[in-house]
Amino acid sequence: MKKAANEIWVFVEQRSGKPADVSFELLSKGRKLAEKVSGTLKSVVIGHNVTPIAKQTFSYGAQQALTVDHPKLKDYKTTPYSRIMNELVDKHRPRIVLFGATFIGRDLAPRVASHTKSGLTADCTDLQISDVTYLRNDYKELLLQIRPAFGGNIIATIITPDAPIQMATVREGVMENLPLERPVKGKLLEIPYDEDAVDHIIEIIERHQEENKINLKAAPIIVAGGYGMGSRENFELIYELARTLGGEVAGSRAAVDAGFIPHERQVGQTGVTVRPKLYIACGISGAIQHRAGMQEANKIIAINSDPEAPIFDICHYGIVGDAAEVIPRLIDVYKHKLK
Amino acid sequence: MGYNSIVLVKQVPDTANISGQVMKPDGTVNRAMLPAIFNPEDKTALELALQVKDQYGGKVTAITMGPPKASDLLRECLFMGADEVYLISDRKFAGADTLATSYVLSEAIRSIGKFDLIFAGRQAIDGDTAQVGPQTAEKLGVAQITYVEEIIHLDKRKIRIKRKIDGGFEILECPFPVLMTVIKDAAQPRPFRAKRVMAYKNARSLMELEKMVEGNSLLYIDDLRHEFESKSLFIPTLTMDELKVDATRCGLHGSPTKVHKIESVVLAGGEHVKIQSTKEGLGQLIDKLMDDHILG
Repeated sequence: MKKAANEIWVFVEQRSGKPADVSFELLSKGRKLAEKVSGTLKSVVIGHNVTPIAKQTFSYGAQQALTVDHPKLKDYKTTPYSRIMNELVDKHRPRIVLFGATFIGRDLAPRVASHTKSGLTADCTDLQISDVTYLRNDYKELLLQIRPAFGGNIIATIITPDAPIQMATVREGVMENLPLERPVKGKLLEIPYDEDAVDHIIEIIERHQEENKINLKAAPIIVAGGYGMGSRENFELIYELARTLGGEVAGSRAAVDAGFIPHERQVGQTGVTVRPKLYIACGISGAIQHRAGMQEANKIIAINSDPEAPIFDICHYGIVGDAAEVIPRLIDVYKHKLK
Repeated sequence: MGYNSIVLVKQVPDTANISGQVMKPDGTVNRAMLPAIFNPEDKTALELALQVKDQYGGKVTAITMGPPKASDLLRECLFMGADEVYLISDRKFAGADTLATSYVLSEAIRSIGKFDLIFAGRQAIDGDTAQVGPQTAEKLGVAQITYVEEIIHLDKRKIRIKRKIDGGFEILECPFPVLMTVIKDAAQPRPFRAKRVMAYKNARSLMELEKMVEGNSLLYIDDLRHEFESKSLFIPTLTMDELKVDATRCGLHGSPTKVHKIESVVLAGGEHVKIQSTKEGLGQLIDKLMDDHILG
């Protein structure tokens, strides 16, 4: 098997010509990984009129941007995008390829990993480079793909010791967005689009897409509810507290699964990662997947009836009590203070 | 008319209901302590396949790769209405990551025969990777549609579906064959049919029959298998030999990703300020947050 080049690639996702935040977060992380292995960071942009996006990646340290630009590639479709990525990866053999764990990334990455027989780890919460001894063999500079597993009871470090190409997906907001003060002098590599007969067997009949109206990532105050809220009615208290404090409403996965709150407002490993000034966790036990999405908050208040709940281990202020009783009192006291 | 559908199903530990005893003192998971359940979105996938059959005719075949115990799951598929089921089971398949799993599944699908549609759940709750569906599609060289939330229509040549995307949805049309991964909202799985439970509760896989033979010197495996086959109660079992797959691409050995380290989640046990849930306690908390310019 052909050896991999010392390159770290980030698939830069665009929707209707707008680049996804997660791609820049991945480039920021990719730059650090590239420094660690003395390698090269490269971006791959597929779409139509994507040169501005490709150039934007130079502000994140991409030394080269590979673009495939064609009107027929304007919107993401599995077949042409995966075929193009397969060919690019086959040809250049990068050591690491990173994708956002978005609808597009989770559709594309497994297809490319399968074709190139690469290892792929989904929803990583951290990526590092380290030398590793695995089964008495020494490996230099492997990508450590770190993610909670098994219902959040364990944190697994996954490696891809023998496959030449290591791939991972990462959720939006997990890595920090760190543009360079001054862009690097990157090169554009424009690759012509050679249409294949199978590229467009799937036809897009209609597409409705809106900017996400809920912007949890930008909210300075977040009030989040968990399964411990007990009912949809009780969950109304979360909305009321958020309104009172001028914050956004969020929930744990359990609250989403119970139908208390829509998935768009889920915080955690399989939801959004947030770093607000204040995070109030109500009736949330604090499983690792949830903590992965909020533990960077400046201040955390936990309200839970179980004094042993793990959320109390990471909070700054802990209130033991039934959230359904504590929240109305908190609202009262706050309103009183404002007077 | 009618469509040949294959449904990929998986038995998973019920990770949503983990209790204290599940974690061993050394931080590893005691799988035996976890109840095994039908992966929820796979059940939705089976329901969608059955709905297609109800409306247009055809055949539904459910397949699973797993330990012998996974026959439980296949019996449930029969109870819901699957026409045929296959167990793909071999010690040498154990420890497979998504790449090795998709390789074996794709070879099993090839051996089962022609298909128009493959259904799978978007992801399994034990790993949440959502990778096996697309990887199986790639290995079979067929188109894929992920995050399917509704099947709108099928005609002779193609299927029209609605799928979820970031911030919205799209409606796609795709000729057969195609692999689809479906989300939970796509359908409400039907309950078991009492008649079918009666008919199939004694369906057994090869491994289960072998176990019966082990405990009884009067039974012979070939006879027993023949008897179950004649009563349509035999669950066909595909092993590595039967599938003639490349052993280097199966199981732990064929998996590029390896678990390097497992840590049980150790909490920092950080100090926090305990706040009384009284008016006074909450008042002090709010004062503090206001002083720190976090509130107000």
